[in-house]
This record gives sequence, C-alpha cells and structure tokens, in this order.
Amino acid sequence: MNGAPRTRLLVVGNGMAGARTVEEILKRGAEKFDVTMIGDEPYGNYNRIMLSHVLAGESGVDDEDLLLNPMSWYRENGVTLFAGDRAIALDRFAKSVRCESGRIVDYDVLIIATGSNTFFPNMDGLREPDGRLARGVFGFRTIADTNGMLQMAASQDDLRAVVIGGGLLGLEAAYGLRTQGLDVDVVHSPGHLMNQQLDERGGRLLRNKIESLGVGVHTSKRTTSVLRDESGRVAGVGFNDDTSLPADMIVVTAGIRPSVEFARGGGLVIERGIVVDDQLRCEDEGSIYAVGECCQHRGEVYGLVAPLWEQAVVLAEHLSGANPSAAYHGSRLTTKLKVAGVDVAAMGVKGPEREDDEFVQFYEPRSGTYKSVVVRDGKLIGATLLGDISKANFLTQAFDEKVPLPDERISMLFDMGTPTAATGAAELADDVQVCNCNGVTKGAIVACVHAGAKSMGDVTAATRAGKGCGSCKGLVADILACAAGGALEADPAADWYVPSIPLSKPALIDVIRERGLRSVSQVFTELATDGSEDVPSKMPLASLLRTIWGPDWVDERGALFINDRVHANIQRDGTFSVVPQMKGGVTTPGQLRKIADVADKYNVPLVKVTGGQRIDLLGIKKEDLPKVWGDLDMPSGFAYGKSMRTVKTCVGSDFCRFGLGDSTALGIALEDRFQGLETPAKLKLAVAGCPRNCSEALCKDFGVVSVGEDKWEIYVGGAAGAHIRKGDLLATVVGAGEVLRVAGIFIQHYRESAQWLERTYAWVPRIGLEVLQRTLIEDAEGIVEGLEQRMQTSVDGYRDPWQDRVEQKSPAQFTPSLPLLPLPQVPVR
Amino acid sequence: MSIPAGAIPVSAIPVGSIDDLTPGEGRAYVVDGKQVAVFLLADGTVRAMDAVCPHKGGPLADGQIDGSVVMCPLHQYTFSLDTGACPSGIDSVRTYPAAVVDGKVTIQV
Ligand SMILES: Cc1cc2nc3c(=O)[nH]c(=O)nc-3n(C[C@H](O)[C@H](O)[C@H](O)COP(=O)(O)OP(=O)(O)OC[C@H]3O[C@@H](n4cnc5c(N)ncnc54)[C@H](O)[C@@H]3O)c2cc1C
Ligand code: SF4
Ligand code: FES
Repeated sequence: MNGAPRTRLLVVGNGMAGARTVEEILKRGAEKFDVTMIGDEPYGNYNRIMLSHVLAGESGVDDEDLLLNPMSWYRENGVTLFAGDRAIALDRFAKSVRCESGRIVDYDVLIIATGSNTFFPNMDGLREPDGRLARGVFGFRTIADTNGMLQMAASQDDLRAVVIGGGLLGLEAAYGLRTQGLDVDVVHSPGHLMNQQLDERGGRLLRNKIESLGVGVHTSKRTTSVLRDESGRVAGVGFNDDTSLPADMIVVTAGIRPSVEFARGGGLVIERGIVVDDQLRCEDEGSIYAVGECCQHRGEVYGLVAPLWEQAVVLAEHLSGANPSAAYHGSRLTTKLKVAGVDVAAMGVKGPEREDDEFVQFYEPRSGTYKSVVVRDGKLIGATLLGDISKANFLTQAFDEKVPLPDERISMLFDMGTPTAATGAAELADDVQVCNCNGVTKGAIVACVHAGAKSMGDVTAATRAGKGCGSCKGLVADILACAAGGALEADPAADWYVPSIPLSKPALIDVIRERGLRSVSQVFTELATDGSEDVPSKMPLASLLRTIWGPDWVDERGALFINDRVHANIQRDGTFSVVPQMKGGVTTPGQLRKIADVADKYNVPLVKVTGGQRIDLLGIKKEDLPKVWGDLDMPSGFAYGKSMRTVKTCVGSDFCRFGLGDSTALGIALEDRFQGLETPAKLKLAVAGCPRNCSEALCKDFGVVSVGEDKWEIYVGGAAGAHIRKGDLLATVVGAGEVLRVAGIFIQHYRESAQWLERTYAWVPRIGLEVLQRTLIEDAEGIVEGLEQRMQTSVDGYRDPWQDRVEQKSPAQFTPSLPLLPLPQVPVR
Repeated sequence: MSIPAGAIPVSAIPVGSIDDLTPGEGRAYVVDGKQVAVFLLADGTVRAMDAVCPHKGGPLADGQIDGSVVMCPLHQYTFSLDTGACPSGIDSVRTYPAAVVDGKVTIQV
C-alpha cells in the first residue's frame, strides 16, 4: 500500500454491534485499517439471540450456529482480538485505552460498542455483603449467565425458578427453564406481559399461551426482596403486597442498561447512553464513536439488533471514506420475533390515540391469534400481530410507507383474495430486512440465489438468514422460491443418505446390493461424487453395510467410530464405559459378584445403575477393555452403538399382584432375538405387564403392554429423552410370538428406510402411523416376507463383539490414545 | 527415546513399524516427551499431529479420518491433517512432518 499509514482502529466491545461494524468496515477498505478489538467475554463474537435457544436446549453452547465470528475469522481478517480482557480506562488526550490486564492499546479511531448490562433493581437480599449477586440469582445476557442457569438446572431435581420481568427476555428465560424441567413463575410489575410491544388484549393472549406451557404468570406485582433461608440460600421472592413465592433460582430480566462506565470514565457525554450524532460520533469528539445498545441517538436507546445493523453500515460508510457524509436518522422499530415459541410482530403505536384514528382489531383467544392496525390520515402508524404473523411483511412495508394502504382495511389483517405469501415476497423491496436477527435483506438473499444457492440450507449457510429467532424462515423460503423462478426443486441433498453420495437410502441400498459392495472404501470409490473418502459419511455407511450384509460386510477399522472399534462408549476424559448384557434387566448374584470383583480389580471409579436396567462400569482404560471383558465373561450390552440397546421390563405376572402378562419373559425373548442389531439411531424397547406401565413402555421406540388374556399392545415411536413423545399404538396382538414377529418387521423396516440418526419418534410420524399399519400389519405392499427374511439373516449373524478379546482386529485396537496427560477428570463420587 | 546417533536425520524420530498401523485407525505415540497421534491414510502416506484435541482434550488418535481431516471423537470438530487448522474456528492442532522410511514411521518434532 504505497506507504500510506494505516489507521489504527480500536473497538472496545466484541459483541454483535462491534463485530458487525468491523465486518462492514473491512468490506469497504480493509487495507486502510489496523483493527484491534477488546472484548471481555473470552470468545469470538456470538449471536446473543441464540442464547434463548441454548437455554431451551434447542442448540448447544458448542454449536457453530452460535458463533458469528469464530476465532479463525479474526485471524483470517488480520484483526487483533484481545478476548477475555476488559477495557477499564480511556485517555482521550493520549488516545489510549488501558485494560484490566494492564495492556495499553493506542488508537487513531476508537469505537465503543460495549452493549448493555442486565439491570438489577434494588431488592433486599439480592447481593452478598461483598456486592456479588447471591448464588442462584442470574441475569440473562451472556453465555456465562446461560451456562450458569443450565448448570444449576442440571444439578438438582424439582427446582423452582422465579423470573422477574415479563418482557421478551423474561418470557424467553421462562420458556427455556420450563423446557429444562423447572417449575417456573414469571412476575411482572406492569398489568400485562410484554407491555412494551403489546396492548392489554395481546398481553392477555400471550399470557394464555405462556400459562399453557405450565408457567405461572403474576402481573401487577412488584418484587421487593430476595428471601433467604437460615443458611443464606435463596429461598424465594417477596412482593410489595406482602405475598411471596418460593424459588431456588431467580432470573432477573427487568430491563437492561447501556454499559457506559468505560465511556463515562473517559469523560464522554452520557445521558441514558453514550450520546452520539448522526455519524455515531461521540459528543465533542473527533475520533471516538459509539455503536449498538450502548449509544443514545436522538434521544433513543435501542434494545434490539435491527437498529444496530443500520448503525454499523452508516459508521462503516463514514469511517472507510466510502461515503463520508453517510448519516443515521434513527430506526423505526418493527419488531418481529418468536417469543417462547409464539410469533409476535409489533410496530409503532399499540392502539388509537386520537379520536379519528382508525383502529381495526381481530381477537380470537381459541386459536391464540390477535391482530390490530392503527391508521392515521391514511397512514399506518401501528400494528400488532400475535400468533399469526403472515401479514407482517406487508405491514412492515406499509409502515415504512413503501406501499399504499388498501381501502378495505381488514385486508391488512387477512389475505382476502389479495396477494398470496409468495407474490407478497415478490413485491418486497430489495432493501427490506427479512432476517432481523442477522440483518439480512431481501436483496442479499436474491443475490445469493443468483450466485447459485438452491436450497434453504445454502441460503442460510451463506447469509445466516433464518438462524436467529427463526420467525423469518417462511419468508426466506418464499423469496428463495421466487428468486429461483420456479426452477427450484426441494434441496435434493436433503434426501441423500450421506452428504458425499447423491443417492437416497433405498436407492443406495439397491446399488450396494446390486454391485455387491461390502466395504466402505469400495462404496466411496464407486459412488462418492469425487470418489474420495468423507469423514462424516463413514459411520452411516458402516452401519448401512452391516445392516445389509450382517457379518459378511468387510470390516475396515477406519470406517468405524471409536465406540464401534472397541465396543465401549468413549467418555469425556477418553476412558470408556463398559455395560454387560443383562437381558430384560434380570441378573443373578453370580453376575453381581463378578461385576463387583471386576470393579475392585480395575479400580473402576464409578459403578452406576443405568436407566436401561443394567450396570455401567465407567472410567475403564482402553487397554484394559479386553481384560475386563474376559474377567466379566458376560456378553456386551451394546450401550455404545447406534443399535438395539436394552429391553426394559417390569416384574410382570410372575410376582406383581397386578401383572396380566409375563413381561419379563417377553423382554428377555426380545433382547435375545434383537441383541446387537445396528439401527439408524439407538433403539430402546420395553415391556410392561399391565397398563400401569411401570417399565415406561409408552415412551420407547418399541414398547409392549400386556392387557390380559395374552393380548399385547404395541406402541412405536415413543421417546423420553431430549424429546418426549408418547408412542403410537401400532397394533394389539395375541401371543408373545406375534409380538416378536411384529417387532422384527417393524425394526427391519426402520433399519431399511429411516435416515441416519433418525429416531423412531421422528420416523414414525414422518412415515405416518396409518401407512405403517397398512404396510406392516396388513402387508398391503407385500413386503413383510422380505423384511422377515432379512431380519432373520441379521439375527443369525449375531456374534458377541466382546469376543474380540480373543483375536484383536488390529494391532492398535486397544492401545491407549492419551497415555500421558493428566486428563480432565470426570468428577467421581 | 534412544536413537542411534546419525542413523537418520536427528530430528526425524522413528516411532514404530508401519505394520502397526491400519488405514484410518489412529495410534498415539510418545515422541520426545510429546504425545503424537499418527494416522495411515488410504494412499499409504502418514500424518502426525498433537494427540490432544484443543477443544476439550479429546483423544484425536481415536478420531476418524478421510483424505484431508481428522474428526475428534468427543464433539466432532474436524482438523486438517496437513495444517491442523479447524474450519469451525476453534484453535488448530500442531502437525508434524511424518514419513515412512524403511518400513518405519518417522516423525520430526
Ligand atoms: C437472550 C437474549 C435474546 C435476545 N433476543 C433478541 C431477539 O430475538 N431479537 C432482537 O432483535 N434482539 C434480541 N436480543 C438483543 C440483542 O442481542 C442485542 O440487541 C445485541 O446483542 C446488542 O449488541 P451490542 O453489540 O450493542 O451489545 P452486546 O452484544 O452485548 O455486545 C457488547 C459486548 O461488549 C463487551 N464489553 C462491555 N464492556 C466492555 C469493556 N469495558 N471492555 C471489553 N468488552 C466490553 C460485552 O461483554 C459484550 O460482549 C436478545 C438478547 C438476549 C440477551
Ligand atoms: S406394569 Fe403392571 S405388571 Fe408390571 S410391575 Fe407395574 S403394575 Fe406390575
Ligand atoms: S474435545 Fe475434541 S471436539 Fe471436543
């Protein structure tokens, strides 16, 4: 760069506004700047909005979706990031910033993007004497807050949480914690929920929805104290009316406050936020700017992301010189969100304010729908949609005065022979923001389609549209469909069994059978798009070959996941867990003695009874596995594979005074027959001796319940893990033999047609219960005999994998992979 | 490690026979006080990298590979076999030059 000195740009605050601003600046003139960022959170910039999903368990903290700018982004863009350090002092005259670590960073231009902090209202008992929050009290703003809540939620059963503040954040917190199994109450001091966005009617509807999730809602109640028990632990909250609620966890979401200490310390002008002008420049300053939630522009402080995308663009245009006079005029807030699973859109005023304001309102509590618009002088000045937001795009445009209002005002609330959603998408202006969460416009999505994107997946990967609260997904799909001009097929890759081979599962099975492909490497060479191996495809292909060929597949070590190589489940510290088979949960004193002896001999750190009615030895070293199996001399329980796991049983008619059928014997027979079968995802079975259902057969992949007289009900597609689903009644059959037969055809059909990792709780509803009944029970398609035969072949091919101890599969099968290091230890009780 | 002086380039340390490796199945060795994961690829070449996953300490030698990446068995992050870089953006792992010399796997640390 012919010697032109680069501007040293320093950004304090590595959040959504700071990082987006840097992205926009780099886009317009990367060569002009040396960029340094200071962020006190110890990671790259992440999507704060996704924390709601993380708390609800819909997404993990490890998820790539959460990270907007991973560490590699900073490296690749030459941005120096000091993560985990806090800027504490600003010297405007020396143009330098000092950090908590003592580091001093000089700048030519400084951008402050410190966002907001959780506001904790004054309440007795909120804090410890040293000023820290009491244990069990949380804000909801950061990954650390979210992790804290999740950890506490996982640490104990029967926890009660009180969420203080029933706005957007509070409802998201309540929804998330409820999903985590806590008892949750929301306390809100105004008269109705989300009073910032909704009028009373809307608030009431939302309240119904929230209550139907099992969350208690208490409005017009101000929290005045955090109650503690004798030992100082959080015990509840007290209100202004002298009532109280018990609580183990308190989440405070009563508002946010711009984080301005750093700016104030440096002498900048602060009112509610850091005061900036139309170039986002701080008052009386030539080289300091502020952007995002920390700044105050024309008296407004924003608390949602959409405005900060606009601010970032203006600041970048200005600083990069692309358009030095770019100006920000403030944002008209149109909010489109998903709150606790409910779609909400709101803009402008909530109701009529003047005598001649037009007000059209639709209210249907039964379906949870609420819609209203306010029109003044022929212009839309406010709209609220709850439950059904299909008209949100039209209203947004009308609110921005980009389209005229229809004379028939009611058609602003409903499609009445007026444009469908798709033509609606076609008519949207290019600069309309479609995904507010990630600041993606219609134009960006269209450009991405022109650049070759063919599916929702492509568009999301390229633009992140749809990856925040998810409320825009329908519209993104519409725009995609329009832009592709009907040339769009459903994402073909969505049907492929593995990403590297363009074939659906049934087609792939046919080709593999036809060509007699028995090893994963052969499959890659013959069928993969470029003939080369692909890591994520290996495990599903190995499973499929084992399903097709049984013992006659060609075992390639490299094709197998570690668990399947060593027939044990890898743990977080690299050790393994060993679960011997205990058919139907039945064991003997002899077996228990052996297990105890092995636990002693190998210093097994944790012996645990599992939910599947067997005993788990955890913390076994890889090199000890063959010896442990030898000493146990019991077959493998397959607790590690994508395979049939266990059959849980109750005691049944032999001992139970309610028993109607011999559930234990049937359970053992099922486990005998289907032991070790590989399946698309793990498969759990149970048998109950009567409808009291002690073995929880209604929420298993395949559950059987005796109803007396040798009759058995068969439930399929149940689940009680991350998802809860009651199984569907597939059939009621007579005799244990018939149960075994139906189990065989059901499992074989599942093995042959479910996607990789598709549990039966997804597969059964996808195929449809009636279809399954027709094909499997009535044999309408004549496939049952084939299914039975192929299942029999698989059953005959069973071999206890723990026999590998006699003859190892490869020299390195049981060599340690982390021999030296002190490992992160799993805590041992 | 006792290496006969001058037998091979000082920095290239033999860790074991190529026969101990199976294509696609990793194996960890201790080389000069470091734990190194070694992989034999389908094309017969070998790769070596630190054995510990930078994410949460997972055993990379227990991971699966294809021609270009290794996938950690614990949380499925992938790392380039050649550069150690992680496309999902967590830290990279250190890689080491590895070769097969006279049926022995050698590594330069
Ligand atoms: C759970 C949750 C759900 C949300 N859902 C939505 C939604 O659905 N729709 C929507 O529009 N908005 C939503 N929001 C709001 C949205 O996340 C914010 O508007 C946005 O993150 C603001 O960006 P920012 O960069 O101004 O602040 P932040 O993203 O908070 O970034 C500021 C960063 O600066 C750091 N920092 C502060 N002071 C210093 C210092 N002195 N030194 C170094 N670093 C410092 C902070 O730690 C932080 O990392 C949600 C927020 C939360 C918490
Ligand atoms: S399910 Fe019925 S038979 Fe089985 S233990 Fe419970 S009560 Fe007894
Ligand atoms: S430890 Fe390797 S991916 Fe998590």
